[in-house]
Amino acid sequence: MINRFADLLARKPSGLLNLYITAGYPTLHDTMPLLRTLAEAGADILEIGVPFSDPLADGPVIQQTSTVALRNGMTLKLLLQELQGIREYLPDTPLLLMGYLNPVLQLGMEEFCRQAAAAGIDGVILPDLPAEEYAEFYQETFRKYNLRKVFLITPQTSEARIRRLDELSEAFLYLVSGPGLTGGNQTADQSVQQAYLQRVEALNLRNPRLVGFGIADKASFNNACQHANGAIIGSALLRALDGAADPHQAARAFVQRIRG
Amino acid sequence: MSQYQPSARGYYGQFGGAFIPEMLYPNVEELREQYLDILADPAFQQEYQQLLRDYVGRPTPLFRADRLSQKYGAAIYLKREDLCHTGAHKVNNTVGQILLAERLGKKRIIAETGAGQHGVATATVCALRGLECVVYMGAVDMERQKPNVARMRMLGAEVRPAVSGSQTLKDATNEAIRDWISNPTDTHYIIGSVVGPHPYPDLVARLQSVISEEMRRQLLDQAGRELPDYVVACVGGGSNAAGAFYHFLDEPAVQLVAVEAAGHGVDTDKSAATSVLGRPGIIHGSRTLLMQDEHGQITEPHSISAGLDYPGIGPLHAFLADSGRARFISITDADALQAAQLVSRLEGIIPALETAHAFAALEQMDLKPTDVVVVNLSGRGDKDLDTYLRELHLA
Ligand SMILES: Cc1ncc(COP(=O)(O)O)c(C=O)c1O
Repeated sequence: MINRFADLLARKPSGLLNLYITAGYPTLHDTMPLLRTLAEAGADILEIGVPFSDPLADGPVIQQTSTVALRNGMTLKLLLQELQGIREYLPDTPLLLMGYLNPVLQLGMEEFCRQAAAAGIDGVILPDLPAEEYAEFYQETFRKYNLRKVFLITPQTSEARIRRLDELSEAFLYLVSGPGLTGGNQTADQSVQQAYLQRVEALNLRNPRLVGFGIADKASFNNACQHANGAIIGSALLRALDGAADPHQAARAFVQRIRG
Repeated sequence: MSQYQPSARGYYGQFGGAFIPEMLYPNVEELREQYLDILADPAFQQEYQQLLRDYVGRPTPLFRADRLSQKYGAAIYLKREDLCHTGAHKVNNTVGQILLAERLGKKRIIAETGAGQHGVATATVCALRGLECVVYMGAVDMERQKPNVARMRMLGAEVRPAVSGSQTLKDATNEAIRDWISNPTDTHYIIGSVVGPHPYPDLVARLQSVISEEMRRQLLDQAGRELPDYVVACVGGGSNAAGAFYHFLDEPAVQLVAVEAAGHGVDTDKSAATSVLGRPGIIHGSRTLLMQDEHGQITEPHSISAGLDYPGIGPLHAFLADSGRARFISITDADALQAAQLVSRLEGIIPALETAHAFAALEQMDLKPTDVVVVNLSGRGDKDLDTYLRELHLA
């Protein structure tokens, strides 16, 4: 069975750059070309945000890009259609869908998994689908379609629960960098964040760990990578795309600033 | 166990649960593990009952409304939650939750509010116990419920406008949840209705259940029978209805009438009648009936009443609707306004706009002279006077 996460990790165990964009932003049909640009510019993993009207875990930037994307006419159905064929030009990059549960349930979990798998999607992040519900109702379906579920952990997550989520996960663990929403400023207390990342590192989990929320620039990216396999950037990238005359140029320049 | 009590995971039939991001897990889990023990603790009960009596002013009267009874040809009783301190039933819940928050060691309280009654009730108990208070309120609601914004500020609360979406109750709730995610250790979120992730719907229903507990006693005293034929209550999220229904849920002889806001009408795109227009979906951590488009995006409701302007209902009510245990009636803005005027002039009681919807439902009920009807008078209408004067051309 294909496991692009494991393949990536074998090639490159650290310094992984995972970039998030909101589907349908800045304009309706930007998503596929932007994913390609980001991969070519050096992203290791790509997360495609499914816009939702009420994104509870997101800060102002992703709230705004989601609103714009919905106004542009983006829907989960349309996104899944557009994604069919993406593997022709992105054969190896792990691709994730990230969104909230309600749009997925309206399409139907099985249908969602079927179409996502057909497009070659590797993993799914649904922040408001709790591990217990997943294990009881949806894990079988995910397995059937070889889709991997990513779980979040936070500085408040107990060790016992981290281990349980590590058992349920088969892609990577998403380490939320501190208390707050996507795009928040969590770099304030570096020592607290580093202690948390070290604490999780010392658990010797089976999954790789990527740090997200508030990673915005080269310094915060490098810091996050010290005790994890990589980091996830969303809001800062979307801010760079906002109002750019050429979003592809802006995306390339952004990756350059992180990697350079 | 009653089928109207939630399962261990917080389900009423297919509705309920706790669909929360991991960031909220420790908070919600802490609450879930402790709320039943805390509520059952005699020291808690003693403090809670004493505050309900001496601070809130309970028991609230059950009043036989003679002129309304005459008009509708049945015995109509009003449960006077409008006489609670702060002017609505909301304070029953906030008094209980502030004591709970203290026992959980929390220092900071957040809340959402629609009509502002829950915000005022939260600001009130925070002042009483000396806790910091932040209330999120939709910018549109801040405008249409100005007196309550002023009251919250007078009480020392910070009122933060929610400027996303339709800038009403749903958006205020989003902001409160985001605040909680950002402040995971020192903050307790006092939800204002029987909505949100388990255990909130059950917690709030239990704290409001004092309403129907008193009703039974008072009915026995005044009408010679503990069970009415009908209990009527408006439903925004559903807390006053849950409290008014609670001790009658397992009494099939009592017909429960839940009244939703139809806005301009259920066949228009300006409505908040969730039981008619909603399908199962997830909002604010709960699987319930939800107004949404074909793609699962939550749609923006409309009601003239800020407290009913919500695209979901609590999971207990979704179950009551689905199972047929309660009858759901929807009332337009215009009919609610007429009912507010009628009750004001027949009984000398100006009801809140939310409550006015419950009164308007009497028009649609087929009542017999022997029927005993209790209308839960959830709140008073001071906050709505601007709207009443404008809409009823009284200014
Ligand atoms: C007086 C009054 N009644 C009813 C409601 C609706 O809320 P619920 O359905 O939770 O009782 C409100 C909400 O603000 C209110 O202020």
